[in-house]
Amino acid sequence: MSWYIFNRLWQGVIVVLSVVVVVFVLTRLIGDPVRVMLPLEATPEQRALFEAQLGLDRPILEQFVTYVRDVAVLDFGESLWQRRPVIEIIAERAPATVLLSVVAIAFAVLMAVPLGVVAALRPEGLVDRIVVVISLLGLSIPQFWLGLLFIVFFSLMLGWLPTSGAGGIDHLILPALTLALPAMTRMVMVVRSTMIDQLNAQYVKVLRAKGMRPWRVVAVHALRNSAVPILTIAGWEFIRIVSGYTVVVETVFAWPGLGLTAIQAIERQDLILLQAIVFVTSIAVVVINIGLDILYKAIDPRIEIGSQ
Amino acid sequence: MTEPLLRVDALEVEFLTRSGRVHAVRGISFDMAPGQALGLVGESGCGKSVTSQAIMGLVQLPGRITAGDVRWKGKSLIGPEADAYRQDVCGRDIAMVFQDPMTSLDPLFTVGDQIGEVLVRHLGLSPAAARIRAIELLDRVHIREPEKRVDQYPHEFSGGMRQRVLIAMALASEPDLLIADEPTTALDVTVQAGILDLLAELQRDLSLAVLMITHDLGVVARLCQDVAVMYAGEIVEDGPAERMLHRPAHPYTAGLVSATPTLALTRHRLRTIDGQPPDLRRPRGPCSFRPRCANAVAACAEAPALEARSEGAGRLACYNPIAQKANGAIPAADAAPRLGREEAPLVEVRNLSVHYPIGRRGLFAKREILKAVDGVSFDIWPGETLGLVGESGSGKTTTGRAILRAVPPTAGSIKFDGQEITSLGREPLRRLRRDMQIIFQDPYSSLNPRMTVQDIVAEPLIVHGIETNPDRLRERVARLLELVGLPADAAERHPHAFSGGQRQRVGIARALTLEPRFIIADEPVSALDVSIRAQVVNLMQDLQAQLGLTYLFIAHDLAVVRHIADRVAIMKAGQIIEIGPVDEVYANPMEDYTRALLDAVPEIGDPPARAAGG
Repeated sequence: MSWYIFNRLWQGVIVVLSVVVVVFVLTRLIGDPVRVMLPLEATPEQRALFEAQLGLDRPILEQFVTYVRDVAVLDFGESLWQRRPVIEIIAERAPATVLLSVVAIAFAVLMAVPLGVVAALRPEGLVDRIVVVISLLGLSIPQFWLGLLFIVFFSLMLGWLPTSGAGGIDHLILPALTLALPAMTRMVMVVRSTMIDQLNAQYVKVLRAKGMRPWRVVAVHALRNSAVPILTIAGWEFIRIVSGYTVVVETVFAWPGLGLTAIQAIERQDLILLQAIVFVTSIAVVVINIGLDILYKAIDPRIEIGSQ
Repeated sequence: MTEPLLRVDALEVEFLTRSGRVHAVRGISFDMAPGQALGLVGESGCGKSVTSQAIMGLVQLPGRITAGDVRWKGKSLIGPEADAYRQDVCGRDIAMVFQDPMTSLDPLFTVGDQIGEVLVRHLGLSPAAARIRAIELLDRVHIREPEKRVDQYPHEFSGGMRQRVLIAMALASEPDLLIADEPTTALDVTVQAGILDLLAELQRDLSLAVLMITHDLGVVARLCQDVAVMYAGEIVEDGPAERMLHRPAHPYTAGLVSATPTLALTRHRLRTIDGQPPDLRRPRGPCSFRPRCANAVAACAEAPALEARSEGAGRLACYNPIAQKANGAIPAADAAPRLGREEAPLVEVRNLSVHYPIGRRGLFAKREILKAVDGVSFDIWPGETLGLVGESGSGKTTTGRAILRAVPPTAGSIKFDGQEITSLGREPLRRLRRDMQIIFQDPYSSLNPRMTVQDIVAEPLIVHGIETNPDRLRERVARLLELVGLPADAAERHPHAFSGGQRQRVGIARALTLEPRFIIADEPVSALDVSIRAQVVNLMQDLQAQLGLTYLFIAHDLAVVRHIADRVAIMKAGQIIEIGPVDEVYANPMEDYTRALLDAVPEIGDPPARAAGG
């Protein structure tokens, strides 16, 4: 394993540890968790009992040690709402979110890259102008509204696709598109400008002078040179989908993933479940970032901090 | 008569820009025979590179070929009906090498892959066979350990090595013609010599025709049998190199030859070509060189045609050619170097070192140190010019910046006018900087494009709180502009309205604003064309005589340094390896490295390639 990847993993570990600390501190700073979680009419005895159950009556340092130990074995405690271990709920709901996010980012990349490349081939040309307009539209439409529009159009008017819920592939299409389109419109601008830069680079002129076929110049050389910025924006969009947009879109489409669960946990004031979801999402973000860094290195031989 | 290998016939190329139609190439014609080495010479904007791109079918919008033809072995390469033929020929029979080796290779593919794709595309080799052939080609361009190097990436090669890789790539398809567009301009002088030798060797051994596009007459003299000189999109004169370089007939060719500094002459004024190249948006009318021409006659109101000379080979477009060769340079008033002064030195540098940490190679490894400047000592006396010469990375620029305290010295002492300046605090340093100024290399990026020349030149006075009265500021700026030979109305304009040479004059005016005693000039003329370079060098010499300035003249160009400097210091790897009066160092270098540097400079007086080929 190279020093580079080791370095990235090590940084990832530091981020995860910081998340552990931040989540701990935040839950103790936002007020009295007992008052938030118990109904208003609870008696002082009930409060004391609940505090003891959560371990909130012990010294702060001891709480922290217990908390870290529990997190280390993925024991996040028991959900107040569902009365079962939080980790069980997450294990149940996470696959739906992972599926939705992966399909959404795949849609976004598969649309953004060809569109951006075609636009870059002739800047200011017809395709380019259309792409730029679509991209501006996409940037300005709020996601929840886009989802509702899709439901009205594709489900209610055309009746092609189900309005909500999970099931077959047909259930996946609308929520995935709702996530993918805004991400695509942001990505396409990056693909376009990076490709324009690359196609004007000196090495492209040399490739043309070598008599290379135009598709090879574009698809093999220029696109690979554009890959690092494209991956960066794609990774960023993926993170935004996983850690934020799924909350909105899963709610609009009643998609049974972590995002919907997070909203439900908030509605039911289930801090313990919410805290675990925040933690798991943060880990996902760290993992995505490390994955990206490894991909960068695979693409660009110049990325090399230290030797093997 | 046999068909020439390449025939360019009345070729015209235009670029549509916002400010109008630029006629970049205005009907040029020339032939190339198999195995011929032709130098296409001219200054920036003369259309020489556009011509090469037109031959290769690389002219892209907003440029287009509007008239004329390019014929390869008798068949046209221009127009949609020639697409198939052009795609066959360009890249296979005609290969090209470009100016900037650092950006000419795709950074994400191994050099073997990039050479190999030519072989796969044009010769139909399998990838495995292509790799073997790529190794042979790397060996052919004298890259050591080609078996190992073939799998390396471009960033693992130096600039000169990359240019060799690019030459290998161009040779891969076994072309008949190699177009080399300023192939050595971005390289150090010793590296340049190696590349020129390689090109000469390949031309001879493979009977390869070479079209050498360059601004440097010395390069032409080393490599080419024939020369064509371009000015404002047209060929003004062509013929055998021997004649063109030693008995030029066109006033522009003659001007170029005499504006090129040579190693042989010390502290001479360079001949210049006054004025600026014409605006290429104007249609053809009078001879485009007429406004700058000392030989202009009434007939020049109509452009002369390029016609065969009355005597000897070649063609000429001039009504009143130069009869005999002009002298290379005019002796300066005080041709003798000003040495052996009794006063104390103005600048004393002792054991100056500048080290940079450059990161670690592992978790527990020690930080590596780059010794950019490593124990340098020298003196500069009032009124003299010390030339500081070295190749890229030798530490010459860092030395200059350390004296200005723009970078902190790691060790050593710098005295200015007897005062130690390495330990000066903020305020004394500020006062000191009124006495020391710098002129930068790049006249394009060193002037703020949003400020007028008035503001740029006046800024130091305001910053140092010397003058704030707008009227008096305007007066002072006007005096400075006059001093550097700029028109009075220059003050109100922005830098983009000026050419490179004029911008460098603005840079000089800015440096003179505070009436400094000492000026560090960091490659002040390297970015300028030959004729403009001579103007700026002469200006610097005049200003020195007029104002009693002391210069540290940092450069890589040994010939320019010989013209302006009294003494020269040669830097290599952070150290000064030789220092002395220019005459002594240039005539009798003590160090092998200095001799290698001097030998590597291509000069007009060099023996032609045929003789050197042996």
